[in-house]
Amino acid sequence: MKISLIVNGTLWQGDVEPRLLLAHLLRERLRLTATRIGCDTSFCGACTVLLDGRTVKSCTVLAVQADGGSVTTAESLAGDPDDPATWHPLARAFRAHHALQCGFCTSGMLVAAAGLLAGDPDPDEDAVRHGLEGNICRCTGYGRIVDAVTGAAAEMRSAP
Amino acid sequence: MIPARFDYLRPDGVDEAVALLGPGTRVLAGGHSLIPALKLRQTTAARLVDVGRLAALRTVELDAGVLVIGAAVTYAELAAHPLVRRHCPVLARLGGRVADPQVRHRGTPAGALAHADPAGDAPAIALALGVEVAVRSAAGSRTVPAGALFTGRRETSLRAGDLVTAIRVPAHDAAWYEKFTRVSHMWAIAGACAVRGPSGVRVALANVAATPWRATGVEGALRDGATPAEAAALAADGTDPPDDVHGPAAYRRHLARVVTGRALARVTP
Ligand SMILES: Cc1cc2nc3c(=O)[nH]c(=O)nc-3n(C[C@H](O)[C@@H](O)[C@@H](O)COP(=O)(O)OP(=O)(O)OC[C@H]3O[C@@H](n4cnc5c(N)ncnc54)[C@H](O)[C@@H]3O)c2cc1C
Ligand code: FES
Ligand code: FES
Repeated sequence: MKISLIVNGTLWQGDVEPRLLLAHLLRERLRLTATRIGCDTSFCGACTVLLDGRTVKSCTVLAVQADGGSVTTAESLAGDPDDPATWHPLARAFRAHHALQCGFCTSGMLVAAAGLLAGDPDPDEDAVRHGLEGNICRCTGYGRIVDAVTGAAAEMRSAP
Repeated sequence: MIPARFDYLRPDGVDEAVALLGPGTRVLAGGHSLIPALKLRQTTAARLVDVGRLAALRTVELDAGVLVIGAAVTYAELAAHPLVRRHCPVLARLGGRVADPQVRHRGTPAGALAHADPAGDAPAIALALGVEVAVRSAAGSRTVPAGALFTGRRETSLRAGDLVTAIRVPAHDAAWYEKFTRVSHMWAIAGACAVRGPSGVRVALANVAATPWRATGVEGALRDGATPAEAAALAADGTDPPDDVHGPAAYRRHLARVVTGRALARVTP
């Protein structure tokens, strides 16, 4: 089936099998490998992307369901690897707060946090914890992730 | 994991969707029960009919006191909708809490009713509220009361050509759903929904039997003048809870009484 979608601001059109998962389209056809596949059973959130502005688990969305939509992946939060000033405030805050260890969950966490902050620019700790319930981290114990998200939120609120 | 091959169709209207349904064809709404099952190859479909975007299924309205929630309305939309918040806070609260944010952005309560997981929250709540599901098929329109919908573990009285178009929630005075879980975003180990309405209090339980379970013993005791605490003590009567890694059956029976007591305390004056 022919589909078209906007991925990180760029139009993509192609022919896909209906059973192709959005996560596989992103990783294997578009080579956007920041989107991870962890559990592959819709529990861990490593595959989180924004679809039309809302967080979804791309392992549980068919590419054909995203037809005509707009997808944002963790790549869109990156910048020059050597220059943190070019990164999204969330990415900078994750680095500053040591909010990752192995990093496997990180791209999903970043996108989930971006989705959370889009709806609630000033979440308290409880709201961050609930907002990230769909994302599992096996390393950090979450405390530093919560600090990073509240820190980035403060920076984003004060940005001109 | 990659599902087995299927065809995918995205009709533009309800009539077209109904015309496409039939044996081997599955309705796809949010996909958050169906896609995992297809990936695990626990189920198969020759083709999927995607109704998730149908405008006619994406509305919420009040029809002579009955709240009519379109079948493609997601949990997140339910949580945010002023009519749902006003006329059915128990469903609005579920919409903001069930599973996790990503699941709530895709999953639909109507899909959860059609999926009929006895551990699900929406089925027990629907049973206690006494909702009816509006169904369209080639044979016409009908409504199915929740009490006649759930026939077995993930089995319903819906047939292959049926499309659920809406959930109809009757007016009620108070409702509360109390759920006990190990971690906040997971399925209930046991849950209870109590609803106070014109004809008394109705109680339904999640994850204590092969179907969402109406606790008629509790309801009868309340009618006969029992206190909420006395009535809640009967909540596990007749249930047949699963005995699994999340909890032994005896523990679930205990929880059934506890969550029923808590839910009743919220709806009885
Ligand atoms: C990680 C995760 C956690 C979850 N946690 C919970 C939880 O804590 N509590 C809980 O209750 N649920 C939970 N769920 C399940 C969730 O509520 C799903 O049951 C719900 O999303 C199903 O709705 P859907 O729109 O996604 O349905 P789909 O997956 O699209 O469909 C489910 C079934 O219903 C049928 N169907 C769907 N819509 C219609 C229709 N309009 N007419 C006829 N048939 C239809 C489909 O053919 C399919 O058989 C969880 C799911 C996930 C992935
Ligand atoms: S890989 Fe999608 S939720 Fe884990
Ligand atoms: S940093 Fe390793 S899983 Fe989160």
